[in-house]
Amino acid sequence: MNIETMETHSFDVLVLGSGGAGLRAAVEAASEGGVSVAVIGKSLLGKAHTVMAEGGAAASIGNLDAPDSWQTHFYDTMKSGHYINNYRTVEVFAKEAPSRVLELEQWGAVFDRTPEGLIMQRAFGGHSFRRLAHIGDRTGMELLRTLQYKAISMDIKVFQEVTVTRLLMDGSRIAGAMGYYRSDGHFVLFKAKAIVLATGGWGKLYKVTSNSWESTGDGAAMAYRIGADLKDMEMVQFHPTGMVWPPGVAGLLVTEGVRGEGGLLYNSEKERFMVRYDPERQELSTRDVVARSIFKEVQAGRGTPHGGAWLDISHKKADFIKQKLPGMYEQFLTLGDIDITKQPFEVAPTCHYQMGGVQAQAETCATTIPGLFAAGEVACGLHGANRLGGNSLADILVFGRRAGIAARDYAGALKSDVTIDESVVEAEVARVLEPFNRPDGENPYAIHEELQAVMSAHAAIVRSEDDLKVGLGKVLALQERGRRMGTSGSRVYNPGWHAVFDVENMLMLSELIIRGALERKESRGGHWRSDFPDELPEMGKWNFVHQYSADGDRVQRVPVPEMPPVLAEICARPVAPGRESAAGTSQVPPRKG
Amino acid sequence: MAEEFVLSIFRGDAEGGEEVEYHVPRIEGMVVLDAVHHVQAHDAQDLAVRWNCKAAHCGSCSAEINGMPKLMCKTRLDEYQGETVHIQPMRTFPIIKDLVTDVSWNYEVAKKIPAFNPGVAAPFHMQQWDVDRIQEFHHCIECFLCQDVCHVLRDHHEQDEYYGPRFMVKMAEFEMHPMDRADRIPQIKNEGGIGLCNVTKCCTTVCPQHIHITDNAIIPLKERVADRYYDPIRNFFRKLGGKDENAKQETPT
Amino acid sequence: MAQASQPGLNRPKTQAGKMPYWVEPVFTIIAFSGFVIYALWEVLFHNMGTYHNYVSPFFSPDIAGWFGLHILTALYVAWMPLIFRFSCYYYRKEYYRAFSFHPFGCAVTEPKSHQTRHYNGEWKINNLHRYTWFLAVFVLIFLWKDVVQGFIFSNGFGVGIGSLILLINAILLTGYTFSCHAWRNMIGGRKDCFSCTTTHGPKQKPASYGIWQRVSALNVFHGWWAWASMFSVWIADLYVRLLMMGVIHDVRLF
Repeated sequence: MNIETMETHSFDVLVLGSGGAGLRAAVEAASEGGVSVAVIGKSLLGKAHTVMAEGGAAASIGNLDAPDSWQTHFYDTMKSGHYINNYRTVEVFAKEAPSRVLELEQWGAVFDRTPEGLIMQRAFGGHSFRRLAHIGDRTGMELLRTLQYKAISMDIKVFQEVTVTRLLMDGSRIAGAMGYYRSDGHFVLFKAKAIVLATGGWGKLYKVTSNSWESTGDGAAMAYRIGADLKDMEMVQFHPTGMVWPPGVAGLLVTEGVRGEGGLLYNSEKERFMVRYDPERQELSTRDVVARSIFKEVQAGRGTPHGGAWLDISHKKADFIKQKLPGMYEQFLTLGDIDITKQPFEVAPTCHYQMGGVQAQAETCATTIPGLFAAGEVACGLHGANRLGGNSLADILVFGRRAGIAARDYAGALKSDVTIDESVVEAEVARVLEPFNRPDGENPYAIHEELQAVMSAHAAIVRSEDDLKVGLGKVLALQERGRRMGTSGSRVYNPGWHAVFDVENMLMLSELIIRGALERKESRGGHWRSDFPDELPEMGKWNFVHQYSADGDRVQRVPVPEMPPVLAEICARPVAPGRESAAGTSQVPPRKG
Repeated sequence: MAEEFVLSIFRGDAEGGEEVEYHVPRIEGMVVLDAVHHVQAHDAQDLAVRWNCKAAHCGSCSAEINGMPKLMCKTRLDEYQGETVHIQPMRTFPIIKDLVTDVSWNYEVAKKIPAFNPGVAAPFHMQQWDVDRIQEFHHCIECFLCQDVCHVLRDHHEQDEYYGPRFMVKMAEFEMHPMDRADRIPQIKNEGGIGLCNVTKCCTTVCPQHIHITDNAIIPLKERVADRYYDPIRNFFRKLGGKDENAKQETPT
Repeated sequence: MAQASQPGLNRPKTQAGKMPYWVEPVFTIIAFSGFVIYALWEVLFHNMGTYHNYVSPFFSPDIAGWFGLHILTALYVAWMPLIFRFSCYYYRKEYYRAFSFHPFGCAVTEPKSHQTRHYNGEWKINNLHRYTWFLAVFVLIFLWKDVVQGFIFSNGFGVGIGSLILLINAILLTGYTFSCHAWRNMIGGRKDCFSCTTTHGPKQKPASYGIWQRVSALNVFHGWWAWASMFSVWIADLYVRLLMMGVIHDVRLF
């Protein structure tokens, strides 16, 4: 294919990913005019994985609990991340989250209200105060829809259903991206001065996952291939409560809002086991703790019939449940034949979020590649070893905006236009079309299924040196087979062909997860090693950074940035800021009902 | 109970095509989308289907199952025990391939709706019981099943005259927002073409989010249009009073 | 918008355990036609609708009598509920589906003849539904007066089958009238914010909100009220007519 005849677009700022972070970045980049902005999404606009976020957006607005402050949010987030977060990222985040949430209200989001008529906030695991601004159990959808309609009212070009397969460089800086339209398979080349990576996570690596098909880690894999550093890849969050039964819906998310609104966890012996694992926070403990606790209960033979725990909210009034958790009510009724207002239901951990990702600076979201910025789940630094529920929705708002500003400024300051090496484009065209030469090649769906099985067996909630090594061997073997993936049919909306590139990216990231997990010889947050069951202070000083090289992945230890005294002092406190008066009694707000 | 389901899926594109039969092993609680995925993984790699979340949150996997517009991820196969399940693309939109249609028209319409325009800065003071009404509209997942089933679009192809139920809901969402200051009634009546809706309520029937599209969005908007345009007595008093009681600030464009 | 011929079924297949799509419109056709034929017979061939203390809803109020007229007396009344129902949002659904096939059922392809005729949407006259509501309320007041009268027999208070029929009829008509979409708009639906105008402080729900909410709750079942009250009018009139014809005799319960 000749580059001259290829559909080509030029933008100052190109945003990859049309989820919350991407749209927020685009809105910000376009807000001052004079900068051409485009958003590319792998799906239709408004379908991104952000719609799956249910519980809420964490921001210390303090509408219900006045003593809440950014310091408390900072304290909670660092504590939950087991102190391997980038403190500066967390600081920026905790300070800016409230205004980002209010901004949404200004753009048309209608949050649930307090009796005073302000934004309602709910309790959530690991948060010291009621902090999650929410709309029933569909907060992510509201957020995405609001940003979507905000974006289309501005001068932003949206490309829907376009897969980007490669990021392009001009020397050492970013220069654009190329990909193809999923609808008919024709190629498209984007020249861009700055690129915001907002492509989300890679939860599809695991068999039981709450993630949609899109979460294949394209952005992280592409950035890694052109030399961006990835960090904390071993940190994978398993959400404690996914649906278990029927098998068709296994992994489907059950919002933490169920516990936030008063839902209780029981084992098969009707014991509230969380009281044993975390007497202070109980059901509202952090996700890593709850997921592990359920896992341990099942291991100990106290699991439910299909291998989970019972979650029960039926002690609350039916009307209350239907108002606060309408999606959950409906989901269980239609898909599981269960009326959650009347009976408990089975839940088990499901792969939910990637704390690791492309290393990004706190203030600008800049990656290690000039002109490439990262925001949202694809970026790394905010969540450390375990993400707090509700922090991801606030994350995409805060850092989506920051990435948008930084990309806009970077592109504006760039004097010269970018140039793209034609040979790279031509080579990429050939590579992308290659699977058609192998109609009898490996089936990408089969490889994906096998990869999921490997990752679920060897690198999931519980890990060990031996297991990980076996897993690594299997992943490398799959990578080898993956090079021979083939497809048949035409280029017109051909999911088999599309899957080839998704699977390639996942094969690459799986390896990084296992290599990171092998390096971290301790248990911390979402990373639990049965051969190193304790959290080791020595390991807490390091993040593991992955760099691409011709002869394979290079993992390096880099020190976790040291906090300035004023922040270190906050983290060192025995109780969260603002909760001192309650310290003698309980760490959590009193549970209603 | 049968050990497998029989699916008859449309395979083809704008040039034409036909239904092809597939057999899928039965798994408890399986939905239509699971079966389509099974076909994709084992029988037809290139079977085109649009989907994302598989949890009825994103509204991507709209199709016509045995002739009724439905979400594939929310339709249990055991509802069709012993029957061949016919799966076809949405009929109102131009087909791209197999079960995937070109829904871009909807996004063109979305662009025509002026953004939310509050008169004041957040934080707003709004009571929960005041926003209950518009929160119902916020449940929309933009699956476009209502657009698909609406006979004005489906049979009469009035895409240029009528925005369709989805966007009546969207306009209702802004119009009834306690803080919105834009005057949306002229657009709802003229470009939006609300008069083309003859309240036959199929949009409400197919809505997977159970939004009362007709009763709570379209009819109240029709009444507001009637307030403004078709009520001679109100008109008389409006002129007499020299002010338009419905008037809000015009949207800046 | 250009349309290629699309694949798909022209009508939904009937799902096991569910009614076929055509049952509802066919029922509508039969019921409406039956009622209209009955009403024509009643209106055109009768000038009286009173049996002792029972008044048929077709003949109340006695507008013709007010003007000293004695022929086709029901005509002077019947047009009011008729146009109320004709412009009713619920009845529109039923008659557009059953009588003009716009569409006959959800996802049922419209007949070929519709392809040559341009579809213009609803009749604009239906926008005057709000005025017909006042007419319906006007009639309803008299029907409640008739209910009271239905309990007062020549020998004082009593309860007959007829009294109960008139009572039930009035209740159903009231439910139908006060679940009306136009009324729901008038009573508060046209407001965007109830708390903004209240004088009792923002936390207090103003009375108008309470009324609007109750009307909204009734409105959910507007279709049910529509059918039930149509049949109750039918039955009430038939009961009085049969009494007058001497076919049946009223039963006094006490």
